[in-house]
Amino acid sequence: MGKRITIDPITRIEGHLRIDCEVDGGKVTKAWASGQMWRGVEKILLGHDARDAWTITQRICGVCTTVHAIASVRAVENALNMEIPLNAQYIRNLIITAHAIHDHIVHFYHLSALDWVDVTSALKGDPAKTAQLAESLSTWKGNSIHEFEQVKTRLGAFVGTGQLGIFTNGYWGHPAMKLSPEVNLLATAHYLQALDIQRKANKIVTVLGSKTPHIQNLAVGGVANPIALDSQSVLTVERLMAIKGWIDELADFVKNVYLVDVSAIGAFYSDWTKYGAGITDYLSVPDLPLDTKGTQFALPGGYIKGGDLASHHAIKAFGDPYFRDGVEESVKHSWYKGGKGALHPYKGETDPEYTDFEDNGKYSWVKSPTFYSRPAQVGPLARVLNMVAADHAPTKKYLQTVLDTVGSLAKTTIPVSALHSTIGRHAARAVSCAVQVDELDHQWSLLMANIAKGDTATFNKPVFPKGEVSGVGFHEAPRGVLSHWVVIKDGKIKNYQAVVPTTWNAAPRNESDTPGPYEAALLNNPVADPEKPLEVLRTVHSFDPCLACAVHVLDPESNEVVTVKVL
Amino acid sequence: MRIVVLGVGNILLSDEGIGVRTVEKLARDYILPAEVELIDGGTSAMEMLEDLGHADHLIIVDAVRSGKPPATIVRMAGDEVPVFFRTKLSPHQVGLSDVLATLVLMGEQPGTTTVIGIEPESLALGMELTPAVARQLPQVVGLVKSELNQLGMNLTARH
Repeated sequence: MGKRITIDPITRIEGHLRIDCEVDGGKVTKAWASGQMWRGVEKILLGHDARDAWTITQRICGVCTTVHAIASVRAVENALNMEIPLNAQYIRNLIITAHAIHDHIVHFYHLSALDWVDVTSALKGDPAKTAQLAESLSTWKGNSIHEFEQVKTRLGAFVGTGQLGIFTNGYWGHPAMKLSPEVNLLATAHYLQALDIQRKANKIVTVLGSKTPHIQNLAVGGVANPIALDSQSVLTVERLMAIKGWIDELADFVKNVYLVDVSAIGAFYSDWTKYGAGITDYLSVPDLPLDTKGTQFALPGGYIKGGDLASHHAIKAFGDPYFRDGVEESVKHSWYKGGKGALHPYKGETDPEYTDFEDNGKYSWVKSPTFYSRPAQVGPLARVLNMVAADHAPTKKYLQTVLDTVGSLAKTTIPVSALHSTIGRHAARAVSCAVQVDELDHQWSLLMANIAKGDTATFNKPVFPKGEVSGVGFHEAPRGVLSHWVVIKDGKIKNYQAVVPTTWNAAPRNESDTPGPYEAALLNNPVADPEKPLEVLRTVHSFDPCLACAVHVLDPESNEVVTVKVL
Repeated sequence: MRIVVLGVGNILLSDEGIGVRTVEKLARDYILPAEVELIDGGTSAMEMLEDLGHADHLIIVDAVRSGKPPATIVRMAGDEVPVFFRTKLSPHQVGLSDVLATLVLMGEQPGTTTVIGIEPESLALGMELTPAVARQLPQVVGLVKSELNQLGMNLTARH
């Protein structure tokens, strides 16, 4: 038996994920993913008015408030078989797309780039050489010698204060860090620029959603944004034009910086296309509805089995029985009362039963979801592969751009199959973000055109029948498939389950003891130094873990940010 | 002059929501001067950069682990605040301290930062504060009000 490594917690943001690995001969031979906090938020919802569910569910997570709000209203609307006015669909689409772009930029630059980029090495980068490299890759305005000099000065001053702040937990100087000082300086400069640009995405959410981090404009049946082009207090032409300006700035950054940086980093770390594939069954859902019923979507979704794009099975509409009937959750290895086998979310139960960390028994607060009895990977990689399989032209275009750039820098040909990997998930996230930034522009145009036609409707009043109805709302959230499942009796919530993206990816072993996506992706992952398991973090971070909603956000006792324990 | 009163916490975890409940009560009970902005930050992080950037004064209300009896109110200001964040007394420490560190990196840190902290009695699932902490709510609101008064801001009670 090899060495046992325990990393707890593993996220740079809130949420508590514990990863245990057995390492033998410099490689991971066994892995366990464990959510360390109990969620159980569903229980709070029982008995509440179904119209209020979204305001409560958006408090589940501090990072993805809007996504829970959207999935929740869609679940209730699905239960009532409602149609949603076009303006409301477009406004929601703008909010969720702006949020997704925000999330992808923050995830790449601020939560995971530091697994690959050595900030301390950037201080040694030569600004002139950095500018030369940058200009060979992109026309971005923020790539001047002057800019890189300024970044070095700012960074030097910050590091000089001794308070590394956000950079505290980096593995600086680790042997697996391979970028030159110039590439590190380039990426660090873009890290800082990304801090500024992500605000533009957030402003779009704020203007349309009335407020962030918790939007206030949703309603079961539509949105609460009155549209009147001649009034100051509502959604005016002036506000819509401001949004258009932010969209253009985002598009410039995503296409000329983010997409390029991911390609460059991918080329320098092309050995990472060999690690981290894990589960290659990919699930995504269609999103950005273009009609009132939710049967036409701007972005397709579906299911791919065994990494074979030809196996793509489309998910076509809200409430599609293929999706609705395929999802189950097992608690065989989770700290909940079980014994009934895997349960469909409408029948889901969330009654805690804590044991201890049992390698072969229960070891996580995360349930284990399956799609037709198999674990599935969700997230940008699942989204991009399903969109490519569905022949979605913009996705194919941006994916080819990335593969070509990586190929020319690494002087080799990179096939689509290289995406089944740790670094592939970062590439897919950038591709997804580029597709979404174009779609943001598209949804804005659709909204403007629809208003110009004289349609100002934004809301259909929900009517709750006597007796019991049930519905599922899904949303292709930044981290992947999010679904909320609701059973409503006489207008009140009788059962509620949220199956979140990180639940799919951080799932423990399931009913048939098959490991979940994180666990599978870690197998054969190299580990140069068990005391500094940077490579394990790379693979787990590539999924963009957000345990805040997979489990709960609470760790009042522990004073440590990251504990690495080697046994 | 821009003053931000930021309530943080998760309202689904009883006393954890005290910061948010304080901001809600302030908004309900008072008319605020234009210079004062109330923010219900929930448990979010980077989304708040825009709102917190370049604030002249930042007042944070949060549940904290101070080791004192439940419902005890503590106030920290100036140099005490970084210490407070380094020792991780609040469950949101990671998110909020990241935001503050990022503001420093961007040169947009608040002129002053004050923390009003309340020791929670319970962090159990539930949308209500415990009676002990709920009884302190008017006092916490009063403290924020006097912080604002000292900054020259006068709040008008709504009737």
